[in-house]
Amino acid sequence: MTAALEIRGLHCAYGEVQVLHGLDLTLEKSEVHCLLGRNGAGKTTTLKAIMGLVRATSGSVVLAGRDLAALPAHDVPKAGVAYVPQGRRLFAEMTVAENLEIGLMARGRGAATRDGVLQLFPLLRERLGQRSGTLSGGEQQMLAMARALCLEPEVLLLDEPTEGLQPSMIARIRETVATLKGRGVSTILVEQRIDAVLSIADRVTFIENGRNRDTVEIATLRGDPALVRRYVGVG
Amino acid sequence: MAFGPHLLLAALEGLVTSAVLALMALGLSLVFGVMRVVNVAHGEFYMLGAVIAWWVASLVTGHPALGFLAALVISPLIVGAIALCAERLVLRRLDYDPEATIVATIGLLYLLQQAALTLYGPEARPVPAPFSYRVLLPWFGYSGYKLSVIASSAVLLLATWFVLTRTRIGLVMRATQYDRETAQAFGIAVDRVYAGVFALGAMLAAIAAVLIVPISQAHYLMGLDPLLLSFIVVIIGGLGSLRGTLVAALLIGLSDGIVSMFFSPTLAKIIATLVVAMVLVFRPQGLFGTAAR
Repeated sequence: MTAALEIRGLHCAYGEVQVLHGLDLTLEKSEVHCLLGRNGAGKTTTLKAIMGLVRATSGSVVLAGRDLAALPAHDVPKAGVAYVPQGRRLFAEMTVAENLEIGLMARGRGAATRDGVLQLFPLLRERLGQRSGTLSGGEQQMLAMARALCLEPEVLLLDEPTEGLQPSMIARIRETVATLKGRGVSTILVEQRIDAVLSIADRVTFIENGRNRDTVEIATLRGDPALVRRYVGVG
Repeated sequence: MAFGPHLLLAALEGLVTSAVLALMALGLSLVFGVMRVVNVAHGEFYMLGAVIAWWVASLVTGHPALGFLAALVISPLIVGAIALCAERLVLRRLDYDPEATIVATIGLLYLLQQAALTLYGPEARPVPAPFSYRVLLPWFGYSGYKLSVIASSAVLLLATWFVLTRTRIGLVMRATQYDRETAQAFGIAVDRVYAGVFALGAMLAAIAAVLIVPISQAHYLMGLDPLLLSFIVVIIGGLGSLRGTLVAALLIGLSDGIVSMFFSPTLAKIIATLVVAMVLVFRPQGLFGTAAR
């Protein structure tokens, strides 16, 4: 397999507080790689550091030979990384169409890309003129994913996409991630729901205190639930 | 003069004030809305617009319209460039920290004011109106130029609304306004948006000044009163709300024109201040504003 994204020795801090302490991670092409860990372990910070939203104090994030850590934050999505933040972070005052337009603009994509994305989320086609803040939680999550997919990314970062959603919507998100995997998109997924992780992920990296403790194949995790209890304290 | 025509005259004067105020307050509101920066130096960009307009108009010989049109183009460009420098040299270095930028723009206010005093002097100087046509109404004649100020302002406000709501530039500005971090995650160069918005805000103030300077006069202290009124307008309308800014500018401008004519200018200011106090107590986000995220 070839690496889609390689993180080496990543250190990050919020002011004086060091959050990541030399994190290493390899995301293979077409892989769904899940980050698991307790609250405050550094999972969301890892995603933000990849996006350049939290500056790395040292280390590298290499995508197709380019070190993303050296780029300004607004150039990272142009390199092919799309981000679905925790809590969706839609532009709530804008319409669904305008939110999608923001995604399309990032890499200069057009109507064909938009149509392709709307085929994945047909419900959004009926809501294009609606203010995104008035959508239901599930629809908002769809829009957040659709907006990110408008970049036609090589790497997709999903931060707790199933948070607060009903089971039918969680199933839709699993299907979408599987479809994207089939199209060659590599995904890093931060997820608290172990059932979701077991059904979507190829590999899991456990993060503890800003360091990667262990990376296991999903089959190993299925066979040894104690692993989850050891690192996350649930399961 | 009978009451009806007298009221019409007062309303027209109020509309002129509203037109200029709306342009200036819109600049202030845009800067706060997108950057979360309270620009205390905004009145000085207005003053610079007027002073530079006088300088440009005095260099151009021939018909007054030529000098005025040259000022209308050149003055906002120079003021925009000065604002751009201030944004790069001061605000960006403070990382747009809301408290620090208030202090910094107070400093900028004094710098610009004292620079104008040193280079331009303490005198109030007029810029000739581009034309002196009077519109003859059945009850009185009214300055055609003042009516053109109202029309020009309306066109500029419509253009700004169009840019904000119907163009990609507007989309980018609104995305930055709603969520700076997410905007960056979608390839928007937030620092460039900030620089552009700060320059645009200053240019709107400068255009307002060029329009008003044939009616009043250019003076190095002329920025203070409009700054106060602009703050009143954006607080009533809601910081960052274009619609609120327009409604509040109309309200304040008309009440200023009518109350000043029938009673006294001081009473007009007292009423405006009372309205602000009421808004702050009962609807702190303004009439059309939304609570900041």
